Amino acid sequence: MRHYEVNFIVDPVLSGDEVKATAETIQKEIKGAGGTIVHVDEMGLRQLAYQINKRSTGIFYCIEFACESSEWLVKFELNMKRNESILRFLTVKLDKYGVKYNDDKRNGRIGSRSKKKEAPAASALLAAEETGTVSAPEVVDLDV
Amino acid sequence: MAASREDVKFLSNPKLGLRGKKYCRFRKFGIKYIDYKDADFLLQFINEQGKLLPRRITGNSLKYQRRVATAVKRARHLAILPFVADLMK
Repeated sequence: MRHYEVNFIVDPVLSGDEVKATAETIQKEIKGAGGTIVHVDEMGLRQLAYQINKRSTGIFYCIEFACESSEWLVKFELNMKRNESILRFLTVKLDKYGVKYNDDKRNGRIGSRSKKKEAPAASALLAAEETGTVSAPEVVDLDV
Repeated sequence: MAASREDVKFLSNPKLGLRGKKYCRFRKFGIKYIDYKDADFLLQFINEQGKLLPRRITGNSLKYQRRVATAVKRARHLAILPFVADLMK
């Protein structure tokens, strides 16, 4: 299993439903290609550091997903490019530390430095129980 | 008026040469992944114009300097950090 993360900025001019629909179609596309969605992070309306297509704000989304093959990603990115309601997108492959970082962040283990060091040891048992099935393929992927 | 003993003592900067050795914070604190979405963290590695700071100032090891660079570039692409700026900090 390979882990990826796709970030995209949706046009803020669209209505709330349209924004949600855009995010939905992307999620459907990932599922349709055999990917499993790990987490959808909606960061909401944020100020852009510079203007994109004359917009100074954008609605940020970040979807983490896992999939077996990566060939469909080319098509997936092309679709994103064609989608007019998306201002910007970025797909990133996550290494094992990235996956762990995102997992820790979701569980609120990142924030203070002292906590971060304790977290892996303390939560190792918990994580193993919770995601027993998920962690197994991850290890296989790392060897490849 | 002759300078008193206290004045003479501090004619040169007493802190000269006492500066601690630079170190790579990623190696020291065991940070393995640099989040490109965390703008506040990445701000430590860029100057006021939004340019990347060199290794000789940040003290990063080569491996992590490269990762910082990619993280900053990703953040710029997503408009989290600006490409060019004046007085960022």
